[in-house]
Amino acid sequence: MKSPAARNWKTGTLSIGLEWLIPILVVAVWQWLGSAGWISQRILPTPVSVVEAGAKLIRNGDLFVYIGDSTRRALVGFVIGGGIGFILAILNGLLPFIEKLTDSSIQMIRTIPHLSLIPLIIAWFGIGEQGKIFLVALGVAFPIYLNTLHGIRSVEPGLIEMGRTYGLRGFALFRTIIFPGALPSILVGLRFALGIMWITLIVSETISSNSGIGFMAMNAREFFRMDVVVLSIVIYALLGKLSDWLAKLMERSWLQWHPHFRRQK
Amino acid sequence: MASALSASEVINQPGAGSPAQASSRGLQVEVRDAVVRFGDLTVLRDLDLTIPSGQFLAVVGRSGCGKSTLLRLLAGLERSAQGSVSFGGKPSSGLRSDVRVMFQDARLLPWKNVLDNVRIGVEGGDRAKALEALELVGLADRAKEWPSVLSGGQRQRVSLARALVSNPSILLFDEPLGALDALTRIEMQQLIERLWRERRFTAVLVTHDVSEAVALADRVVLVENGTISQDIPIALARPRERDNGFTHYENSILNRVLGKAPAGAKDEGFSI
Repeated sequence: MKSPAARNWKTGTLSIGLEWLIPILVVAVWQWLGSAGWISQRILPTPVSVVEAGAKLIRNGDLFVYIGDSTRRALVGFVIGGGIGFILAILNGLLPFIEKLTDSSIQMIRTIPHLSLIPLIIAWFGIGEQGKIFLVALGVAFPIYLNTLHGIRSVEPGLIEMGRTYGLRGFALFRTIIFPGALPSILVGLRFALGIMWITLIVSETISSNSGIGFMAMNAREFFRMDVVVLSIVIYALLGKLSDWLAKLMERSWLQWHPHFRRQK
Repeated sequence: MASALSASEVINQPGAGSPAQASSRGLQVEVRDAVVRFGDLTVLRDLDLTIPSGQFLAVVGRSGCGKSTLLRLLAGLERSAQGSVSFGGKPSSGLRSDVRVMFQDARLLPWKNVLDNVRIGVEGGDRAKALEALELVGLADRAKEWPSVLSGGQRQRVSLARALVSNPSILLFDEPLGALDALTRIEMQQLIERLWRERRFTAVLVTHDVSEAVALADRVVLVENGTISQDIPIALARPRERDNGFTHYENSILNRVLGKAPAGAKDEGFSI
């Protein structure tokens, strides 16, 4: 008889193995097709040559500069847009007067696809930093706004009433009941916003920029360096995965009280 | 204070009800000609009620009769359009820190553990006091748990601890046991009765369960169409057994609620 711990360990490895089976197979087949000459290196470089291109760019330091530039743009835009969306949602969720004043205007602006503004943005800001940060901020603000507002509205009125009977009001009521009650929904908004943040950045960097990962990809295309193009796609994917993982980690640690997010013992 | 003592002795049978420490902490509650309206709808009309300090009053009635609104008026969660509410002789409106409410649902904050939920009830969030209150309801060993892992009865006990931790003068119960199973409900009734006898707060219990009202209260008032239609002192010794006297009260109040002829029912109650 095996101990239950050993069996758990075994099923754990098995399930991780299953998750990774298909990606590993795809990469292996891709490499095989490339090395056998079935796919031209000029159309799709093999995984090995993509990794080699990455190693070269790491050695000369360019890769970190590009990733750093892109990440900085993404985060600055995220903080500005997310901050504006969050503060507006809190004001609108708590003060009906402000909501009457601003909510319908915000809903109108929300219907504009923010990427459609790119020509206008280039005309206003050129290809400098401000335009990209502006676009990211604009794209990120709405999911944060909508989900925070929804979270505040869906806090159970009974809990707020309970808080009032126990003398909580103003900021104490917000801190103790409204914000924690809205937090699950705010974090959903955060995850959405992180996704939109990278998409917006990719598009705006690809169209107009002189640094960053999008620039690296477009520059490589000029010189038919398909390995670098594929590398930048992979880096975008990894950055997206990384921010999604961070958001999940926040959910796990801040929503432990929620049965859905409780870590299995 | 002397008048409060004599009042509670008249209601409880001599030698049975009064606890050892008769130092009454509860406040007398007076409601005068209270009218509460929601828009065009008048929910309470010309309601008069005096609750002596330390009394356990039960309010019964059909759903929609206004009994919960009466409780919310006492809690300061509703305001009267006319009339007045006063505590200990002083007129009052709005929320007070010496009046606590236990709601039908426990209303615990799911993101705070049991102890932190109780700490909401005490000013400054004193841990020691909160733990003491949890001991009182027999849940000190669950202090670190999330509310979501507790049973319905345990949640209501936490909510009782939260209400008691600041030693309120008046405790209002808005059908807090309605959602519990029969056995848990009896346990909770015993717990509430014990704590009331120890602490001597004024208690108001809104319930649709007549048997619960008779089991706990010194006095039962029946609310019909937004006003008090009957006021019945319960002269039964504590702890109460479900004997003939108990059944008599239960049947006569129930028949009155249901609108049956009270005279015949009364005789039947005694003949069993």
